[in-house]
Amino acid sequence: MAQAAGTAATPPKPLPPVTPDMAEFFEGAKRGQLMIQKCDSCGELRFPAYEICSKCNSSGSSWVPVSGRGEVYSFNIMHQIYHPGFAAEVPYAVVVVKLEEGAKFISNLIGIKPHEIKCGMPVEVIFEKVGDDIMLPKFRPRGVK
Amino acid sequence: MDSPVRSSIWLGRVFGAARSVRGLVMNLRGKCAIAGLGQTRMGKNYDHPSATGFAVEAINLALDDAGLKREDLDGLLVNPGVTWNDPMASFSLQQAMGLRDLRLSAMMNLGGASAAAMIMHAAQSIAAGMATTVACVFGDAPLKPPSPKEGKSGSAGAYGFARGIHATYGLFGVNANYAFVAQRHMHVYGTKQDHLGAIAVAQRQWANLNPAAQLHDTPMTMSDYHASRWVVEPFHLFDCCLVSNGGLAVIVTSAERAKNLKKPPVYILGMGQGHPGGDPMDTLVSGAPIAKKTAFEMAGVKLSDIQFAEFYDCYTFTVLVTLEDYGFCPKGEGGPFVADMKTAPGGSFPVNTGGGQLSSFYMWGMTPVAEGITQIRGEGGKRQVSKHDIGLVSGNGGILSTHSTLVLSNQL
Repeated sequence: MAQAAGTAATPPKPLPPVTPDMAEFFEGAKRGQLMIQKCDSCGELRFPAYEICSKCNSSGSSWVPVSGRGEVYSFNIMHQIYHPGFAAEVPYAVVVVKLEEGAKFISNLIGIKPHEIKCGMPVEVIFEKVGDDIMLPKFRPRGVK
Repeated sequence: MDSPVRSSIWLGRVFGAARSVRGLVMNLRGKCAIAGLGQTRMGKNYDHPSATGFAVEAINLALDDAGLKREDLDGLLVNPGVTWNDPMASFSLQQAMGLRDLRLSAMMNLGGASAAAMIMHAAQSIAAGMATTVACVFGDAPLKPPSPKEGKSGSAGAYGFARGIHATYGLFGVNANYAFVAQRHMHVYGTKQDHLGAIAVAQRQWANLNPAAQLHDTPMTMSDYHASRWVVEPFHLFDCCLVSNGGLAVIVTSAERAKNLKKPPVYILGMGQGHPGGDPMDTLVSGAPIAKKTAFEMAGVKLSDIQFAEFYDCYTFTVLVTLEDYGFCPKGEGGPFVADMKTAPGGSFPVNTGGGQLSSFYMWGMTPVAEGITQIRGEGGKRQVSKHDIGLVSGNGGILSTHSTLVLSNQL
């Protein structure tokens, strides 16, 4: 697993694998656009990239920009350290964002303490630089500057 | 004029019930029975270096229990745990045991639904005349002996897997994904932490009556539950199953043959599976409603006939959802249902009477299967429930992804 550059105090977190099927997602993130995979045949949205649409079983798909707005559908608060890159952050929250367009996106919520997160909370996407050439979509409560 | 069979098919189509079991070709109710149960020591147990050794020991114990010999087996079904990295596990186990001339062999993996699913496959094969005596086994050895170099044993490596981009956000393992579903259930239905705690405390009370449980002689109060460390909120340590080295096997044979063996038969009255697909965060429902329909129709039982239940319990939350999905309470009311401790020893509806995977041992779907057999036979000792003629056993795998149901009885 590729890792972001870390320091002695903060070991690197794992970097997302920039695989060919996810290339357009990461290109979009560099432009500040949240891209989601859309079935060419039935229009169903899905993420992460997958080769077949579970709704109509066709394989053609395109990446389309979405609003980046949604709400917290569910979340958890991680207390165990599975990777040293997160050791300094436990407990930290992982959220499931349900985008306005319907797809779900697993991410982190910034600018809020884990125990202040609530299901239904409106959120919007921001982009965080995590590697020399990788921008990663995260979310923040909507309305927060 | 149509025959009754043709009429029922026609009616089925008219009422959209083409997938109903009412038009079944052959009812397997009570055709087969579980004749043997074999259970190794559980937990931090290093009697064997690998899962294979535990599986062999468990099968031999089950054969002894049934009064059978290895030569009597003509079928072998294996549910490998996480450490059994062999795509032909049933063949390697056959070789390890020196079994000859089998007529049925398969490795099956539906996660925690596998154990009951193996028993179904065995029963179907026996009823079809394709085998007579089938061993179904689970074995695993995720815990390594403590060494000065590596420190204490642990299972994070075996269960803490991550997938692609999700690891970047710090999402690792099954616990974290189940936590999403539990949190959503709390949001939608108002389920409380104390509700999950009631299940954990009830099952620990059962474990304290079960000498084979890893947490026997380890009492736990609701305060202890709340004080236990968080693993991933909303799950405390005591919401999560144990990790165990061990093996567990059962012997399935025809009901007729089982009557002449060492132990009284545990009849398989009903069997069913349910695999709902989709996202459990949306439905908050397991495969139990689908599996129950098949199993209960086969068995000819209704919910009020069920005297006790052994439910798959990877987490306290799984038990809560399973109670809802079989209909013991309305959907969303699993929390209030368990809050008065009716599932605990002395309660009106005993659930997970050996302590379950939360407090006895983690043998995937074999944990509830083994306890169901023990109770039906009346071999539960201090934890024996008073009414044990009909019991319900469930298996559940993935994130509420797969489900299997058995209805067991001591009589036909």
